[in-house]
Amino acid sequence: MNNFEPKRLIEAHDPEIAKRLEARHEELRAGASTSSAVKAGMMMGSAAIAMGAVASDVYGQGSALPGVVAGVLNFALTLEYLESEFYIRGVGTPNLIPSDMFNVFDQIRKHEVAHVALLRGVLGSLQVPKPEFDFTGGRGRGNGPFADVFSNPQTFAALSQAFEDTGVRAYKGQASYLIDSPDILETALRVHAVEARHAAEVRRMRDQKGWIVGSSRGNLPPQTQPVYNGEATTFHFILARPGSGISMTEAFDETLTKSQVLDIVAPFLVTR
Amino acid sequence: MESEIHMSLLSVMGAPSRRDFLKTTAIGAAAVALPTVLSGCHVVGAIGKRKLDFGDDFGVLNYAYTLEALEAGFYERVVKAPPRDLRPGEFEVLRDIGAHEVQHRRFFKRALGVLRVQLPEFDWSSIDFTRRDTVLAAAKNFEDTGVAAYNGAGKRIKLAEFLTIAGEIVSVEARHAATIRDLIDPMSRSFAGDDVIDAQGLDRALPPSEILAVVQPFFKTPVRVTGL
Repeated sequence: MNNFEPKRLIEAHDPEIAKRLEARHEELRAGASTSSAVKAGMMMGSAAIAMGAVASDVYGQGSALPGVVAGVLNFALTLEYLESEFYIRGVGTPNLIPSDMFNVFDQIRKHEVAHVALLRGVLGSLQVPKPEFDFTGGRGRGNGPFADVFSNPQTFAALSQAFEDTGVRAYKGQASYLIDSPDILETALRVHAVEARHAAEVRRMRDQKGWIVGSSRGNLPPQTQPVYNGEATTFHFILARPGSGISMTEAFDETLTKSQVLDIVAPFLVTR
Repeated sequence: MESEIHMSLLSVMGAPSRRDFLKTTAIGAAAVALPTVLSGCHVVGAIGKRKLDFGDDFGVLNYAYTLEALEAGFYERVVKAPPRDLRPGEFEVLRDIGAHEVQHRRFFKRALGVLRVQLPEFDWSSIDFTRRDTVLAAAKNFEDTGVAAYNGAGKRIKLAEFLTIAGEIVSVEARHAATIRDLIDPMSRSFAGDDVIDAQGLDRALPPSEILAVVQPFFKTPVRVTGL
């Protein structure tokens, strides 16, 4: 898993980043010193931010792993952009959020905005720009299956649950790529847990259990099923005989790969 | 006496692919997978041991096993004799969470096999199991602590597969934490409150020393720790 040729991996996932990393490599060769992101991280007193930026710099000098780290963090940033804009718009839309749900969605908004700032700080010059979103799920046409997302609170809450449950599985799927960057890994795990808290609370507000039962999407519309596919597995690597029963499916959240996640979010990205 | 499985065992077992071994048994995983990751180490059979040795991944897994057993033991007591003042639906929530913790405990027990530590006996005397508020407060403490423990221990794990497993469990602990907090203070900001989530939007990550300070009062015999 850690033995991929890093540049190839990044190019496969993200040609834009590969180009930028190459440019950074050239800068360093030409005598550039520590990046502004490292300095910014240090000034903010954040070890995680400084570490992340250092990692980017080291990659520029030819080290293997941090390019993978940057790829993971940009993937996370894209999801956090999606979530933060979703909640900023939702919470900011008059008469959308019922008053008894306001505190919950506003707290989530606060965290997602903080996650975007954190990841942008870590990535510095390597960060991907924010995509344009179509929260109707219409790929930019604005008339997708969730067309009333910002006028119907139930649609908004349904999408919120789908995004949060996706976020949990997405971060989890990337954790092992960060195994050689302990501080970044820890930061990612801490974000991951917050996404899981969000998911549980939104599920409960929607009269669902806080955890995922089997691979059921519950009362969500069929378009969201890919968010839950694979959740019913009871096989967990070293156990030849898995635990049984529905509680076993609930007790373990499963990973999603990057491409599975990108397939899930694709309808919400504006494509030209 | 502590039994030791030395690297020499590995040569007897030959050298099939790591993944094949991981799929067979816990002991296969134990004897083969880790020494390929850890440099020049030996694996110490831990059964009967009370000590958590953080020198390798098994120390971390035994740490998780101990914490899961504590949580499972707590909910088993709650479910056996629930507080009479629970509100509608709350028993089912506590029963479900308890079932998850039992699954986690069983998972680590089976996965560690002979490498598991002897669990401490638990001391529940500080918890009033007859009252809803004290039971929920204890549950909140256990769940928030569990999340912070996994978050803090993740970077100690050297094998990617173990890290992924820990990730698959910790998010469920976080779902529990939010759920218990929602029972205590419904539809408020508490589920991911500013008391546990910082200004950067990060949940807590605590080192084993701090986690053990929180849970030692629930152990009849203190759990000793090395390798930190």
